[in-house]
Amino acid sequence: MRLSRKQLRAWSEKLIELAIRLCGISAIVFVFGIFFFVFREGAPFLAKIDLREFLFSDQWIPTSQTNPRYGVGALIVGSVSVTVLAMAIAVPFGVGAAIFLSEFCGPRAKEGLKITIELLAAIPSVVWGFIGLSVVSPLLIQVFHVPIGVNLFNGALLLALMSVPIIVSIGEDALKAVPDTYREAAVALGATRWQVVYRVLLPAAKNGLLAAVLLGVGRAIGETMAVLMATGHSIRIPHSLFDPIRTLTATIAAELGETSQGSEHYQVLFLIGLLLFLITFIVNLTADLVVKGIRRK
Amino acid sequence: MQNQHSRIKTVPGGRAEAAGSRAIQTLALTVLALGLAGCQPDTGTSSSTRKTVIQNTGSDTMVNLAAAWAEEYSKVESAVSVEVSGGGTGLGIAGLINGSCDLANCSRHFEPKENEELRAKTGTEAKEYTVGYDALSIFVHRANPLNEISLEELAEIYRADGRIQRWSDLSVSIPGAKGDEIIRVSRQNNSGTYQYFKEAVVGKDREFKLGSLDMNGSKDVIGLIAKTPNAIGYSGMGYATPEVKVLKVARKKGDPAVAPSIQAVLDKSYPISRPLFLYTAGDPRPLVKQYIDWVMSDAGQKILEHTGYVPLKMQ
Repeated sequence: MRLSRKQLRAWSEKLIELAIRLCGISAIVFVFGIFFFVFREGAPFLAKIDLREFLFSDQWIPTSQTNPRYGVGALIVGSVSVTVLAMAIAVPFGVGAAIFLSEFCGPRAKEGLKITIELLAAIPSVVWGFIGLSVVSPLLIQVFHVPIGVNLFNGALLLALMSVPIIVSIGEDALKAVPDTYREAAVALGATRWQVVYRVLLPAAKNGLLAAVLLGVGRAIGETMAVLMATGHSIRIPHSLFDPIRTLTATIAAELGETSQGSEHYQVLFLIGLLLFLITFIVNLTADLVVKGIRRK
Repeated sequence: MQNQHSRIKTVPGGRAEAAGSRAIQTLALTVLALGLAGCQPDTGTSSSTRKTVIQNTGSDTMVNLAAAWAEEYSKVESAVSVEVSGGGTGLGIAGLINGSCDLANCSRHFEPKENEELRAKTGTEAKEYTVGYDALSIFVHRANPLNEISLEELAEIYRADGRIQRWSDLSVSIPGAKGDEIIRVSRQNNSGTYQYFKEAVVGKDREFKLGSLDMNGSKDVIGLIAKTPNAIGYSGMGYATPEVKVLKVARKKGDPAVAPSIQAVLDKSYPISRPLFLYTAGDPRPLVKQYIDWVMSDAGQKILEHTGYVPLKMQ
């Protein structure tokens, strides 16, 4: 029996619906799958380890033959400090650029700027790391008279440059999403352009801008290659902007390749992976709660 | 599975620039390891299915050397292609254990534990071939007036609770440097070079002082020292460039200091040198054996000299 056209259409409809449903679910499957595998590799050590020592000790000596120590305190401080500093640089620039692009910029300049910013986002992180190593590092030594060029500030500068494009493009979308009627109403009330931005647009686009910033944070904390090359990769609690540091991500990248599978060191590296998972989870959750909180008002 | 993805094929006339791409490799490995941690190690690539390819993985110290050997060998024996990749001694040994490589370049001996693992997985014993020597040179910035250093001083600089922390402790002042702190450049804690330096200088039961800049490749050490006036670091003798200064090393304070050279390594007067090995799992296939024989021959040994390493005997 041949299928009628109508039946065929109904079938294909169902098929497409199923495919789309699968696409939607796949994200969840992948996230849980990755979490499961990382957890499985790291879990055996979770039972053995003193969690307080793991999180707060700055003694990271995993390959010691006599007394291996697995404290990631200095690495956590490293990751957090470089991310915070990067955001302190990137947020004003990113949000400022987003405001300029969406409110003050002429159409032609806007086209050029957007293309350039997208180009900035397309630079691979190894290239950023290379720039940090060969350009920024000697520059920092010269300008700030510091003994080491690869340090916290160098890494943060690169991370800032890497997350600015994300903040700009999402921030601009958020500002564009504010209805023109808001702007017209504000101008009709006699507001200057700056007042429109400051009093009307920024509050209205708050959620989107926050999302932009948090995506930037996610980019910064997860970045590996650039920080591995530009922060000095040194286990210590930084006392100044120009101290070298080491991040969680860079530690995994540098050490996993040569660690024998299943060893304690290997398991701890996966535990660090879990920790990174946890950190991003907390960042995202906070973002969600803040956004919801804002919405309720 | 990991090895397959990080393999660098050496083509005749082109050089594998594995040391430079080590960082990228490591990243790829990390991503892979995170993503594929659940997969079983790849055992499908048994060596018998490849007739003309020798898989050669291992030490970063030896990767330039191995690539040069492979390139030269392709001219001698065009039917055989040696595929060289770096990643570290540990990776080479892992490759032997899970069967993904034929020949491991190692800058240290097999550890008993690794030998056991090899026996359990493949039923063979690790077979060792000493193919040459590598000297660890001590590097400082060009502007540094220091010319020689003793092993004790090096140990005091690098070991935990070591007493030498500033250049003035060595009565050295570096023109144009900011500050007096000695910036220790080291390697990541599971590289063969790091482990050898620890054994030979820091002390087997001692630890490195934390807070050194742990570079991810031999070349990176040189690159950083060239740009950092206060730095000191160690790396293979072959990595020296005109941009950095190589120190003479004395066994003890007061002993004559010796500059790293082929002669000094061979007559054992240079104190920090180590043998380089090729390892196979059990007796090698005839093809691989032939390659090892060629490496030991005059033609192969000459390449050690050309790439900055030390041959087994003076040519």
